[in-house]
Amino acid sequence: MIVLSKEKLPIQREQDVILFRNRIKELATKTGMSLVNQTKLITAASELVRNMLRYGGGGVTQLEIVSKNSIPGVRLTFKDEGPGIPDVQQAMKDGFSTGKSLGLGLPGAKRLVNEFDIKSEPGKGTTVTITRWKNGL
Amino acid sequence: MERIPILKMGPFLLVTIQVDLYDRLALTLENDLINMVSKTEAKGVLIDISAVSIVDSFMGRILGNIASMSKIMDAATVVVGMQPAVAITLVELGLTLSGVHTALDVEQGMELLRNKIGHLDTDEEGLYDSFI
Repeated sequence: MIVLSKEKLPIQREQDVILFRNRIKELATKTGMSLVNQTKLITAASELVRNMLRYGGGGVTQLEIVSKNSIPGVRLTFKDEGPGIPDVQQAMKDGFSTGKSLGLGLPGAKRLVNEFDIKSEPGKGTTVTITRWKNGL
Repeated sequence: MERIPILKMGPFLLVTIQVDLYDRLALTLENDLINMVSKTEAKGVLIDISAVSIVDSFMGRILGNIASMSKIMDAATVVVGMQPAVAITLVELGLTLSGVHTALDVEQGMELLRNKIGHLDTDEEGLYDSFI
């Protein structure tokens, strides 16, 4: 995988989310991604960035345009230094929530992207990386 | 504080969401809308989301909440104008918006609301007729 562009965007307030979403839209458009794929990627990002704000107390996102086998895609990383997730497997289940939400955030985000990786260490923080390829495969 | 305007149109309330929503703005809308239903005794709420490019689980939950709360307050809710890409994404996300009425555009949404409260009108007319 080749990284074609890379930038970082800190997220500290809810209003930052709008800017973040717009920037993903610009990058996804640059790769020539279809509207449906763009919408899926941005929706997944919206779920993850909310988790980062609500449970991780904000953090830093990284937005990259990547390429694999000459197919472009957008890779997003969400890194917080919050309390971490004690049981990642449980958190990935539909309907599980420690807050009052529907519990669709993490599992829903995973369904909306092509690659999904989550690393969490209690007391240290959580890092989630997602990738959506232009062709959606 | 930023707010989404709510318009009163006869027995209905009309909301057109023209900006990208963040969570607090959506919560404010939910609050304002329920207060307006109570204040104006509206019989229907129409929410136009044709300019909304993203509906995630939070926004979906707010739409569901508005529908359930309105129902308890005796008002029907119709969400109109959802973009196809948003609909595809919502279902994949796992959100089916059950309990929320939908229509393709504002016109059809209004029609749906009118039909929903239609039986009220006919009842009143019937009552009036029997008086004559």
